Amino acid sequence: MQIVVNGEEIDIAGCPTLADLVEHFGLGSRAVAVELNEELIPRERHAETRIRKGDRIELVTLVGGG
Amino acid sequence: MTETLKVGSIEIASRLIVGTGKYGNYDLMRSALDASGAQVITVAVRRERLVDEKGRSILDFIDLDRYTVLPNTAGCFDAADAIRVARLGREILAQMNNPGREWVKLEVLGDRQTLLPDPVGTIEACRALVKDGFKVLCYTSDDPIAAMRLKEAGATSVMPAGSPIGSGRGIANPSAIRIILERLKDGDPTYPVIVDAGVGTASDVTIAMELGSDGVLLNTGIAHARDPITMATAMRHACLAGRAAYLAGRIPKRLYATASSPWEGVISHIPGE
Repeated sequence: MQIVVNGEEIDIAGCPTLADLVEHFGLGSRAVAVELNEELIPRERHAETRIRKGDRIELVTLVGGG
Repeated sequence: MTETLKVGSIEIASRLIVGTGKYGNYDLMRSALDASGAQVITVAVRRERLVDEKGRSILDFIDLDRYTVLPNTAGCFDAADAIRVARLGREILAQMNNPGREWVKLEVLGDRQTLLPDPVGTIEACRALVKDGFKVLCYTSDDPIAAMRLKEAGATSVMPAGSPIGSGRGIANPSAIRIILERLKDGDPTYPVIVDAGVGTASDVTIAMELGSDGVLLNTGIAHARDPITMATAMRHACLAGRAAYLAGRIPKRLYATASSPWEGVISHIPGE
């Protein structure tokens, strides 16, 4: 199914959770915040939150800034 | 002199807060942060790069036991986006168990060229974030009335710009900063006012501190100096010097000279006497 991750359309198989998606991108061990359709989903809810077709997801982290 | 600055519930030993942006590489950033003596460092919240993920993360170069991380909302142009970004930053810092998790450096900008704050959006976002439990350190212009409104809105610290972000023009309007300090500290002398943005060189930091600011936040002045590590050292000394001079109390400026050596006992002829 088609979803949008960080502004890019991607195609994923099955019905993964947010935790699966974070793992898919190799971010499982990193500090990462996840937004699902502009709503923050805390890390403890990633494993129980299923992704649905057309969902817009943001995976964000910290970068250098002033 | 060990004199800490209290911002909300967090006590910090260094009054210099430095940003982590614009460095040529992370090793240089780490050395410059070390040389600055800062205990609090700012970061931005951005999308993960999903391809080319071999790129190293800034988090691999920051000692989280040493630094309190202050996430900003840079790049936000309305209150709603700033609130979203603040919450994302809090989520990341909570995962890292860093004391900065209750903080946000709020920026709601007016446009990309001036990077001046949008005063209406800033106040709106400040109110909402305070209600949501954040300690808001609020970037604003040097307008004293806007600064007063932000304090009323619940900002933990108001952070007026010395001059526009990254401009290096120093403290463009010292009188405005003085008025902000007087108004915000009236009856509340420990309320923290931190000059944020515009610092170009060490003397700018000293001037801000001599005016009575509680701290200075800067990034580009160090990161884009020809030698960032040496400039970070200079900024550290400048901050200490300015604070000490403020506490010591400067002499008034006079039109005419006053001799340092005594007149009594001079053997010379003094013109006009």
